[in-house]
Amino acid sequence: MKSSLEPAAYALAAILCLPLSVEAHRAWMLPSSTVLSGSDVWVTVDAAISNDLFYFDHNPMRLEHLAIMGPDGLPVRAENASTGKFRSTFDVPLKQSGTYKVAVVNTTVAAMYEEGGETKRWRGSPDAFAREVPAGAKSLQVSKTHSRTEVFVTAGKPTDTVFQPTGVGIELVPVTHPNDLVQGEPATFRLLRDGQPAVDVAVVVVPGGIRYRDTLKEMALSTDKDGKFTVRFPEAGMYWLSATVRSGGAPPVAAADHQGMGMAAGASASAGATPAQPPFRPGERALYGATLEVMAK
Amino acid sequence: MRIALPVVVSGLLTTQALAADLSIKIEIPVLNVAEYHRPYVAMWIERANQSVAANLAVWFDLKQKNNDGTKWLKDLRQWWRRSGRELAMPVDGLSGATRAAGEHQVTWSSDKSPLQALAAGEYQLVVEAAREVGGRELLRLPFQWPPRAPTTAKVAGEHELGGLTLSLKP
Repeated sequence: MKSSLEPAAYALAAILCLPLSVEAHRAWMLPSSTVLSGSDVWVTVDAAISNDLFYFDHNPMRLEHLAIMGPDGLPVRAENASTGKFRSTFDVPLKQSGTYKVAVVNTTVAAMYEEGGETKRWRGSPDAFAREVPAGAKSLQVSKTHSRTEVFVTAGKPTDTVFQPTGVGIELVPVTHPNDLVQGEPATFRLLRDGQPAVDVAVVVVPGGIRYRDTLKEMALSTDKDGKFTVRFPEAGMYWLSATVRSGGAPPVAAADHQGMGMAAGASASAGATPAQPPFRPGERALYGATLEVMAK
Repeated sequence: MRIALPVVVSGLLTTQALAADLSIKIEIPVLNVAEYHRPYVAMWIERANQSVAANLAVWFDLKQKNNDGTKWLKDLRQWWRRSGRELAMPVDGLSGATRAAGEHQVTWSSDKSPLQALAAGEYQLVVEAAREVGGRELLRLPFQWPPRAPTTAKVAGEHELGGLTLSLKP
């Protein structure tokens, strides 16, 4: 299902009897609206990890790292948050006019090392890593994943304050405002990696509604030397945009692209290898995902 | 701004006898549907580059408490994107209540806002209608301003709007 899976990964998956679907989940949020008018403005947002966009039928996205920024750059508190079997959901009051950023940002560390002749596997936060994994562990290999999943919503006139980069992970900077997208019109965005232009990065754009069609209708794009890319949305609707940047690290120990993003329920810190663990790939990577709404002409 | 206008136009603005009229006749169709609400309607004048030269009227549910009727203004999605989102509705002289099915005529004079500030040129009249639990439709009619002779242009809507007639009188 994923084009980036290398032959070795298939072989390993077969050996471990790993279901391939483990490798292919998408993390997404779906707002009730992205363009709003009125005097008492709210959105509700579903957040989930699933294969089909945008159907919550697999795992909820955890909300521990949810952060909402208002048009004035200050944090906004989510209300009525809850996490169920398949999805999380929360409400956002849009008390000011302008653009809001709703983001789940997380850093996960995974480690593999030897202890007492056994291979240990560990997964958790950077803080827990420093506490729990012995500094001088034998054959220690570390993989660090920074993930950012975002949606943007606007009450009234679109504003730009929330696009001020934080300089951490992959970030989207608009040339075209993400709440001003119209079917058939070109939209240009810029991707940053740790505050610098993310050059030659593959960007994938997939329209929602996958469940009811046979082909993915995926648009494969690439950022230019300034980190920019342009997409022309063929139809109105919700789209999922994603990008991954890898850096450092040795070639994969057991190459596979694990897209769980470390936010799925059950992706909690645990020590010790189990057959269901995904293959280990050391190095650093940054993941970005955003849901964009495109209005009809 | 008015100072910079060509002599001919400023002449029109200041001479009562030369005042032009722009008149719109719009039909809101009778619809046999399970649930009917009067449509929200926006009318504006568009430049060749699709920017808004003048807002003429926005009919929406302005009688709801707490200005709740503004929640659906974004469903007039072209108007919302072009200028609605820049405004705080209701706006005096622009907003009005929704209208019942039937023909409605509205006239604007060149010696009053917003036509007073409209420079000579090629424009489109745009009328957009969006109905709660219903559809949305947008009609356009090109015209030249100011008119040199009485002119009439017509276009017919297909579902949310009936006939639209634009009459210009020098």
